[in-house]
Amino acid sequence: MAHLLSEADRTLARTARHAALRGLDPRTRIIAAAAFAVVVVALSSLPALAVALGLALALLPFSGLAPAVTLKRMAMMDGFIIVMLVTLPVTTPGTLLADLPFGLVATREGLRLTAEIALSANAVILALMVLVGTMDAVVLCHALARLGAPLRLVHLLLFTVRYIEVLRAEYRRARQAMRARAFRPRSNLHSWRSVGHLVGMLLVRALERSERILQAMKCRGFTGQIPLLDDLRWQRCDLAFGLGWGACLLALTLWEITLVHAA
Amino acid sequence: MHIVDGALSNPVVITGAVAAAGGIALGLRQMTMERIPAAGVLSAAFFVASLIHVPIGPSSVHLILNGLAGLVLGWAAFPALFVGLLLQVVFFGFGGFTVLGVNTFNIAMPAVLVGLIFGPMIRRGGPDAALWGGIGGALAIALTTVFVAFALRLSGAQFLPAAQLVFLAHIPVMVVEGLLSAAAVGLAVRVKPDLFRAMEGAA
Repeated sequence: MAHLLSEADRTLARTARHAALRGLDPRTRIIAAAAFAVVVVALSSLPALAVALGLALALLPFSGLAPAVTLKRMAMMDGFIIVMLVTLPVTTPGTLLADLPFGLVATREGLRLTAEIALSANAVILALMVLVGTMDAVVLCHALARLGAPLRLVHLLLFTVRYIEVLRAEYRRARQAMRARAFRPRSNLHSWRSVGHLVGMLLVRALERSERILQAMKCRGFTGQIPLLDDLRWQRCDLAFGLGWGACLLALTLWEITLVHAA
Repeated sequence: MHIVDGALSNPVVITGAVAAAGGIALGLRQMTMERIPAAGVLSAAFFVASLIHVPIGPSSVHLILNGLAGLVLGWAAFPALFVGLLLQVVFFGFGGFTVLGVNTFNIAMPAVLVGLIFGPMIRRGGPDAALWGGIGGALAIALTTVFVAFALRLSGAQFLPAAQLVFLAHIPVMVVEGLLSAAAVGLAVRVKPDLFRAMEGAA
């Protein structure tokens, strides 16, 4: 799935196969990431959150992901929330920290809240990419099914994963054909209508493709159940990692409680 | 318009998760065996469409097209858009994990509403279909920004300016998504009107 982004990632996913975290059962990695997310979101003291981010960073070398690329992707997420990060120090009431132009006032509480959100958002995303994002998308589907996700949802996920690449290739072909006819996307009605027609055509072709897929599947005796071929098995390393990770999360929670009480 | 982890208050996160789970369950009930391939391939198509960037003025935005998704998929837009968000957060690092429910609801609920309101007009066909598709496409984005603003506002008054900025920044996006959806619907009703009945018919 990481290959969706660029060719460079394709090699990235290949090298990742030898990384230590890859030896863990996919279910262990999903549960670990989910537990981490819940604990981190519950944390509110900055030192504990900083340690949580450090914990996610500590896993990065064992994931086999290229650190620079992964951290850049994490920083891209910060771009999404830039509006919030910029406005919060000014809009949160509290003790004065600094006078800004235009009569705005930055507060200590606002800055704290900004840091809290930035730290927890980054820590959770990083842990998720390191633990789950290194997984093959099909493996992720199977692991979710084994963890009790509704089968129809898993089927939908499998189909989506399977056909994203196919439809992306179709999209690229259409764009190439448009480029060959000297189409250059600009900020005007013609461009938007052309891209709209492209999207419409993409959907029409997707539906027609799905009709052929259904016929082909029926021909092979599809009854609404895709067999999940895998042999997921818990191993000793899963237990070891689970205990270690759990201890870290417990320690973080206890530390948070003492910090909050002290404050 | 993704919300990230740690920004929202716990009641908002939990309410969002419960509401999204309900919507997904309703959508999955519609997805019988015969419709799984159509729902899956269309969900992939909307995922690919969301990677398209279109220029607006000096900048560019990526498409969301949740209005179109609701018109085509109905309630199945809930699981389809959830799958897209799940893949985005896990493999691209966009959005957040605990807020998956809120994000799903904010994008899929407007989709379903638009599908329910404008679906009948579009299935009737004719030259007006594109117009309704365009209005639906713009309305879905408007509703999504309102939902995002609401989720932020409920989490704290200090988020209000950020929420207002998000809404203002998305007004051009509403216009572009509306025009794009109009063109897409206009083409699809002429080429393959069945697209808007993909989740109907033989179960």
